[in-house]
Amino acid sequence: MRNYLKMAYRNLLRHRRRSALSALALAIALALLVFMAAFFKGEMRSSLEDTLRLSSGHLQVRDIDYDPDKSSVAWGYLIEKPSEVAAKIASLPPVRTATPRLFASGIVSVGQDSAGVQIIGIEPDSEANAPYRQGLVAGEFLTAEDRNGIVIGTPLAESLGLQVGSTLNLLVNTAEGTVDEQTFTVRGIFSTGSSNYDKGIVLLPLAKAQAFSGAGDRASIIFVLLEDREQAQAVASAITGAAYKVLTWQEMNELLVLVNDFSNAYITFLSLIILGVTVTVIVNTMLMAVFERTREIGILAALGMKGRQIITLFLTEAALLALGGVAVGLLAGGALSAYFGRVGIYFGDLGVSGMIFGDRIYPYLMLDDVLRLSVTAFLVTLLACLYPARLASRMEPVEALRAEK
Amino acid sequence: MEVAKVENVSRVYRVGEVETYALRNVSLTIQNGEFTALVGPSGSGKTTLLQLLGCLDQPTSGRVFINGQEVSRLNRDQRADIRKGHIGFIFQFFALIPTLTAYENVEMPLLLNGMSARQRHERVMELLKAVDLLDRKDNRPDQMSGGQQQRVAIARALAPNPSIVLADEPTANLDTTNGEQVMTLMTRLNQETGVTFVFATHDPRVIRYARRVITLRDGTIAENGTGPAN
Repeated sequence: MRNYLKMAYRNLLRHRRRSALSALALAIALALLVFMAAFFKGEMRSSLEDTLRLSSGHLQVRDIDYDPDKSSVAWGYLIEKPSEVAAKIASLPPVRTATPRLFASGIVSVGQDSAGVQIIGIEPDSEANAPYRQGLVAGEFLTAEDRNGIVIGTPLAESLGLQVGSTLNLLVNTAEGTVDEQTFTVRGIFSTGSSNYDKGIVLLPLAKAQAFSGAGDRASIIFVLLEDREQAQAVASAITGAAYKVLTWQEMNELLVLVNDFSNAYITFLSLIILGVTVTVIVNTMLMAVFERTREIGILAALGMKGRQIITLFLTEAALLALGGVAVGLLAGGALSAYFGRVGIYFGDLGVSGMIFGDRIYPYLMLDDVLRLSVTAFLVTLLACLYPARLASRMEPVEALRAEK
Repeated sequence: MEVAKVENVSRVYRVGEVETYALRNVSLTIQNGEFTALVGPSGSGKTTLLQLLGCLDQPTSGRVFINGQEVSRLNRDQRADIRKGHIGFIFQFFALIPTLTAYENVEMPLLLNGMSARQRHERVMELLKAVDLLDRKDNRPDQMSGGQQQRVAIARALAPNPSIVLADEPTANLDTTNGEQVMTLMTRLNQETGVTFVFATHDPRVIRYARRVITLRDGTIAENGTGPAN
């Protein structure tokens, strides 16, 4: 094998530029694929993280009749005495925090401008509100006793020209099916990193939200975060009560899981197309080598080299080219992913409804993606180069020796 | 002892509907230790006969034997094995592998024969000494003259201790001095090692080294007799 490697290496050096360009083609393709995989993975990963910490939590406990699409505060849909229920759930060991939340639909209006929002009633002191509390860009967070305060997202503040201390008019659909209206003062403005999500919600203290919407001592859900999200199913089974249904994050985010799976298939499909195109460059290089070295192949055959040894020689050349390309491609793709993984790529509001995407996407490179893509690139190259290698091995020595040098 | 034998061998090339006889019913025996010239004008069948003797090609009809073994019906790999173990080639063009040094070119057939590194080294050094190119062992073909390259090719042909060395116009691309050198070397090696040489040529200066001369004309043997060197 050492001798094959030596010959293959020297053969590649005969046309340094051509060999380098072929390897470069593979390198560029692989770098692109690695970066793309990292991009998708990063996007899906942050989307899932954001969804879990902002919207779904790891578990949700709902009234058996609750319909999340309605945002209705009609009593029949709500959990009674939610603080007690939450306290019970919070006492389970794997639970990090459990807190009631009330969702109501409303309209914010300032002067002539208005925007539809989801009003979220929260327990301000709960650890579950960390994304909002830590995301405050101005003012301060709510307190449980606040009766006039509201916290809103940056995009809503910007679109309605609101600042900390500004007042706004909030309209709410009440439990009785009527509307109520009240003026609130903006206490704080937050940014969770997802404009699309932030523009559609406003936060009120739970007690105020309950009073304002006529929900009484009721909440839409108990929002539960676990120490380890993989425990979701086990904890869900431990929460009992005929009046409740308990949903795990997987059940609540089926679409996200589906899109994630789809993105894997998409990357695989795309990588085969890109590699297929790239590999033609290498096959072309190898074909040129075979035709240029026809007489040499004849000499080797005359010396007693067998067909499969000639195949090995050419495949060794292809393997060296592929290894060079894969190495450079991985370095470039890894560097790109690492750089943008740190600074992120700004996309702003992607405008995708039903899923939460951050304004900045941070590529995230997984070892299994790196391995999968590298091995695929290497194998696809070798497989494609079987054609020129077999062509070389099938040459009749007499014909090959007759070839022009 | 017979090293090579052809029996009623014909080789026909077909181009479309046209059949051309490169060899027609040729029979010939080469004995061990011969130094034989195949002569004749271009197209007389010299190269074709060498290719059949060298298991590079197969006859259309008739049989070819190397060391008593029939080789005319062997498959590609079996023929490669015969070439590897029994036959050395010297071509008109200096058929060295351009990326390998003189040493590595001579070593190649030994590698293919699976010889150990130590044995290979001894054999290659012995052969490079025999062709007086020890000082050129690390040179690649493009760093050597035509005569030197052909001497490397001779060393390579002899490397696996072949039963027969087949040379197709070995001096055709060399000037007179280098041509003489190559023929003297082949003669010396034939005498010293006893290895059989069969070479095709139409150069009278080369023919005079032969101890046997076989003249081909239009694919048949026209004359078969002793050579000037006998």
